[in-house]
Amino acid sequence: MIPAAFDYHAPRTLDEALALLAEHRDDAKVLSGGQSLLPLMKLRLGGAAHLVDIGRIPGLEYIREEGGSLRIGGRTREAELERSELIHAKLPLLADTAAVIADPLVRNLATVGGNLAHGDPANDHPAAMLALRAEVVATGPRGTRTIPIDELFVGLFATALDAGEILTEIRIPLPPPRSGGAYEKLERKVGDFATAAAAVQVTLGARGAVEKAGIALTNAGPTPVRAAEAERYLVGKQPSDAAIAEAARLAGAAAAPSADRRGKVEYKREMARVLTARALRRAIQRAKEH
Amino acid sequence: MAKHKIKVKVQGAEREAEVESRLLLVHFLREVLGLTGTHIGCDTTHCGACTVLLDGQPVKSCTVLAVQADGREVLTVEGLEQDGKLHPIQEGFWQEHGLQCGFCTPGMLMTGYALLERNADPSEAEIRQAISGNLCRCTGYVNIVKAVQHAAAAAKQRRTTAA
Repeated sequence: MIPAAFDYHAPRTLDEALALLAEHRDDAKVLSGGQSLLPLMKLRLGGAAHLVDIGRIPGLEYIREEGGSLRIGGRTREAELERSELIHAKLPLLADTAAVIADPLVRNLATVGGNLAHGDPANDHPAAMLALRAEVVATGPRGTRTIPIDELFVGLFATALDAGEILTEIRIPLPPPRSGGAYEKLERKVGDFATAAAAVQVTLGARGAVEKAGIALTNAGPTPVRAAEAERYLVGKQPSDAAIAEAARLAGAAAAPSADRRGKVEYKREMARVLTARALRRAIQRAKEH
Repeated sequence: MAKHKIKVKVQGAEREAEVESRLLLVHFLREVLGLTGTHIGCDTTHCGACTVLLDGQPVKSCTVLAVQADGREVLTVEGLEQDGKLHPIQEGFWQEHGLQCGFCTPGMLMTGYALLERNADPSEAEIRQAISGNLCRCTGYVNIVKAVQHAAAAAKQRRTTAA
């Protein structure tokens, strides 16, 4: 399969890239790792007259701590995240997530920023970033602005990013001590999108009760789903089996998946519940060890 | 639509061509350079038959544009053999019967090669994880895993003999 004809641009600086996007607006798309965009273009499900490849712009791939947050460059490859000691030590939820995105070959090119900016509710990072209460930095012609993750996903394949903006950074508040996270994904085979998946991030208080909870679901609706009721329920409770079961039930109820070859609505909702319970148990275990 | 002049180092030798923006790397290798060892399987980023090394990393060449490879290095299955001698990973697939129909083999070889470059002594689990983006419909993977282990053992033996 061959994509419809387009013009390829390889800017060397962010300013050049932004100028190209300003010129071509909705006729242009940002090419990052290309692992979602190129398949779409080959299948002719999507297209653009101009591709602006950000692959040659220096300084867009990094993972570092700064000002109490972890900062990930938009073009950072999934494989880097998967191998990063900093990520494993501070944000095991993200290490879990990176390890189950597509397959190892795809992860050598696929990027974290692309996984978010694509706006696909079946992608794995959106739920993880919702659970972590991240924000993204959008760089446009008038400079940068930050977008809270809850405001990023506005519809199926639609984000709050303007056509002239590039997602250049992800910022994640560094969790306090006694925090832990986990991602649980059910997939038919390596490389498939999730039948259902749950991302969990918790912080425990001095007496062992849940102080903070982030719970979100992948592929459970037209946009990534925050299980807000489950989060509210859990805060202030001791993480007992009964509390985990009830939070998981509330998360399952928040799922609004559609039926496809991966299963019926009822099945996917049930899997969202089961996976949330598993992710909660692992996240709480990790928080206790931390 | 403008054409692009690209220079790609393939098995260490610089190759130049003028290509359309939409030309895929796999088509550039097969049709422009005549390197048909890299196979097109699913053409949808699933099967890994088209795996090549791009700057040392295994990637699916059906999901990379040829223009993206401009100024970079590509290694294909044709580049594994040196001076008429099979690379240990190729030797491993031969000795352990790591293929049946052979269609997935170029991709398996490149992924196996890249794994051993990064991890000289991988566990079975690490081998299976590394090849999880390469599909084989014949072997059931058992002999493919053995083939990679064979190559790792052969390299280890060579290192011991040399030391």
